[in-house]
Amino acid sequence: MNLGGSFDGSSSSSCSSRLNSKSEHGGDSRPHILAVDDNLLDRKLIEKLLLNSSCKVTTAENGLRALELLGLRDDQPNCSATGSKVNMIITDYCMPGMTGYELLKKIKGSSILKEVPVVIMSSENVPTRINKCLEEGAQMFILKPLKQSDVKKLRCLIY
Amino acid sequence: MDALQLKRQLITFTELLFREGFLDEQFHQLQQLQDEKNPNFVVEVVSLFFEDSERLLNELAKALDQQNVDYKKVDAHVHQLKGSSSSIGAQRVQRVCIVFRNYCNEKNVEGCLKCLQQLKHEYAIVKTKLEALFSLEQQILAAGG
Repeated sequence: MNLGGSFDGSSSSSCSSRLNSKSEHGGDSRPHILAVDDNLLDRKLIEKLLLNSSCKVTTAENGLRALELLGLRDDQPNCSATGSKVNMIITDYCMPGMTGYELLKKIKGSSILKEVPVVIMSSENVPTRINKCLEEGAQMFILKPLKQSDVKKLRCLIY
Repeated sequence: MDALQLKRQLITFTELLFREGFLDEQFHQLQQLQDEKNPNFVVEVVSLFFEDSERLLNELAKALDQQNVDYKKVDAHVHQLKGSSSSIGAQRVQRVCIVFRNYCNEKNVEGCLKCLQQLKHEYAIVKTKLEALFSLEQQILAAGG
């Protein structure tokens, strides 16, 4: 069992502002990671950790926003024909509203995004929680606070 | 004092903060993340911690002042504070949060109030220490270090 240059998505609902836009970052081969966490401090920390590991980062403050950025919101027109350019999603487990686990289920339930590796972070080491997430398809479960060594492990999941 | 003396002072002071448990390894992680592109990263993150903490301590005082204390709400606030303090390495604050959550589980208002006092105390201390640390760093820069 495994343990362990950016912008915040705008609220525009047009396809081109979402992560699957082909017009941005032409030729940029850095992996693109979506980081979801309701805590601003933790978002800043994970963003820096990922940027320092040569990743492109987009952050979202909750599950709904993440789904919106991924083109998975129920009320969105289906613009996902272009496919998502997200190489990994990392999400906090404990979030108000939609938990990281619920977000994981939505991602794994999507035909376009189910192959994208999802990593869950939590400040609490609860074996039943960890197992539940891994069984639902999470690639890895990491204990907070995140460190450089954790991000190194994450990078290995992408290639 | 010249830059070299100030640097020595900074090293001694930082070692003391780690030895006395005010800060833990996570703070080192933050320092290592700082670079020329983000020369103020540590100060920015710690400022977020200060803002978070002050807001949460106020919320906790209000929540515990109710006739019928909503322990779920109290626990949610402490959980957030535990998270933030852990993310910057404010070890003593984090440890009080752990005890605090136990009292929430037991719906023990006396215990919770005691923890809140301790939290305010530990937060005030670590804030002073961190501000002193940043001030030393500024002095070193000013002295050409």
